[in-house]
Amino acid sequence: MVYPARQEEFKLNIAVLSGKGGTGKTTVSTNLALAMNRNYVDCDVEEPNGFLFLKPEVTARQVVTVGVPDIDKAKCTLCGACAKVCRFHALAKAGSDIVIFEKLCHDCSACKLVCKEDALSYRRRNIGIIEQGISRGIECSAGILNVGEPMAVPVIKELLSKLQNKDYLIDCPPGTSCNVVNTLKYANAALLVTEPSQFGLHDLKLAIELVKLYHIPFGVIINKDDGDENFIKEYCKENQIKLLGVIPYSQEAAKAYSIGCILYDKQPYTQIFDHISMVIKEAL
Amino acid sequence: MIVAISAVGKNKNDNLDGRFGRCECFHIIDTEKSNLRIMSNKGAASGGGAGIAAASQLIEEGVDVIITGSLGPNAYELVEKSGIKAYSCDMVPVQEAVKMLEKNLLTPIKKAGVAHHGISG
Amino acid sequence: MELVILSGKGGTGKTTVVAALSELSGGAVRIDCDVDAPNLYLYYQGDDIDQDSFYGGLKAIIDEGRCIGCGVCEQICRFDAIRLPMIDGFSCEGCGACVLVCPQHAIRLVDEKTADTFITKTDTGIISRARMEIGSDGSGKLVTFLRKNSKQFEPDNSLTLIDGSPGIGCTVISSITGADAALIVTEPTQSGLSDLKRILELTKHFDLLTMVCINKYDINEEMSKKIEDFVREADIPMAGKIPFDKTVMVALNQLRPITKFNESPANKAIVRMWDCITKHLSDECGYMHKYPSL
Repeated sequence: MVYPARQEEFKLNIAVLSGKGGTGKTTVSTNLALAMNRNYVDCDVEEPNGFLFLKPEVTARQVVTVGVPDIDKAKCTLCGACAKVCRFHALAKAGSDIVIFEKLCHDCSACKLVCKEDALSYRRRNIGIIEQGISRGIECSAGILNVGEPMAVPVIKELLSKLQNKDYLIDCPPGTSCNVVNTLKYANAALLVTEPSQFGLHDLKLAIELVKLYHIPFGVIINKDDGDENFIKEYCKENQIKLLGVIPYSQEAAKAYSIGCILYDKQPYTQIFDHISMVIKEAL
Repeated sequence: MIVAISAVGKNKNDNLDGRFGRCECFHIIDTEKSNLRIMSNKGAASGGGAGIAAASQLIEEGVDVIITGSLGPNAYELVEKSGIKAYSCDMVPVQEAVKMLEKNLLTPIKKAGVAHHGISG
Repeated sequence: MELVILSGKGGTGKTTVVAALSELSGGAVRIDCDVDAPNLYLYYQGDDIDQDSFYGGLKAIIDEGRCIGCGVCEQICRFDAIRLPMIDGFSCEGCGACVLVCPQHAIRLVDEKTADTFITKTDTGIISRARMEIGSDGSGKLVTFLRKNSKQFEPDNSLTLIDGSPGIGCTVISSITGADAALIVTEPTQSGLSDLKRILELTKHFDLLTMVCINKYDINEEMSKKIEDFVREADIPMAGKIPFDKTVMVALNQLRPITKFNESPANKAIVRMWDCITKHLSDECGYMHKYPSL
């Protein structure tokens, strides 16, 4: 059972996702954000690359914090109940101490609930940052998880909770993991980016399975298209999945990507993305 | 003295396992009574914090000495704070490791090994 | 000897490299830890000789008969997972806080199946792999299981290749844990370099022999040089540079390793890279490569 986030107000948020990494999810989202004049959100917080292309002037930075228990030694009787209840092994009793392993803590509050001495409180610690800025008239925001931090979801949640009543294009994390699930809760339409390879098709099927859980409209964009009738196109036809656009493969595009250039600035890409943008508006 | 050895299997002739948190099981030997108990390592089954789970289990068992390959930083902290002595040993049969301990041939673990384990799940 | 192949970002050609190296090694055990996009097995017509359900976590479930709808659990849940009378399995992290506060004892935690695991037997040895349930997370526990599962079937194999997960999170850390060496496959792009830096920070934590390979290096030679300079300054050996080669896509779409295409420039580069890797492995990790009997 899946339900959307408790955000009654959000307008049309389009999530861009891909089962497979490296299909061009960021290329599609950054260029489409410009073509559609939509605000851009980079939720791929483990590898946030959207700003390398949009190059917004960052106007605000905010740290993302999570709670972690703190023990008042004067009150603690070393009963060990907190360590026992913690499913994540973030607390352990050793000698005359309760040791806290903060990176393992999920901030769930179970330890505080079982402490009979009221010796536990929560303090905040930083796990990442959120950057916001403006690029060519669109608002851009990105979450960046600190290296070595295991949990991305709090950064994603914080980032998405800042969405206002506007139209957004959301650059999702790759794969179909819980990071993506948490992002999709805020979306009411999805673009699945794939490439014409066997791996691309395999992972596209996984992404479709995921999106179907949300009962939101979705369509496919083929990046690095070879111009032919490939198996992705066949698959879409057979399964009545909307093909929203194709971006042809070119060495030039690959080069532009490699140096962080926006494809949309150059023909034929301006036309290509404008066209996809139009198709999306009609289809979703 | 109660000694815990990380081991690759539950047979008493099995070898020592160099990993602590993710080893298959622990052989717990009471050297005075020379009896042996073998228990599954709770750490092996835990999503994250394997070293912590394993160390907590041995602390609860009241062991005095741990013989293993190396300890991750989380497990090391717990073991040290609990006053348990830890020794490093190669992948020899478990019983051999106990003999080496008794002959004082093992090196005490004085610092945590590489942060292999316990950064996350 | 375990060599883990990593790439900060996806799509750099990591799986292509793993498939090629496994051919060159003549039957290494392969572990596909890229559990979000487990593509390695697509190369092989293998038989699944072992299959199992993997229970990766706990989830809360509510006994609706007992629930009186008081909502205490909804309030305590930090993950916004409960809307009575339902619990969203995707949001629930299995912490058990709701179990603690429920006055009716109507909630309990149950094991949650998060993946199917397989041992696939191919002509050239086994692959240990998993297929995740949609929306489930590849956990460190799963990756550890996949690695252990492979040992059960070929315990004495001299080389194990691990197709690591992308990113720098939890599963990556578990795919590196206990490995002897890492090969990072990157590409000459701005994102490639920025992700490479992040992943190198991680491998530094682990004190393992780390090598770097640039795939499609000639797409942007200037950026390739930047990466090489960065790698040299960090005192990390370059294992090889693979040129852009259309044969790679042809090979991929025929689902054949690139090593089957003798004349392909990418193949030639990978063969040279393999020599370089085995040399580093033997110099620094004591690995003795046994060449496959032809």
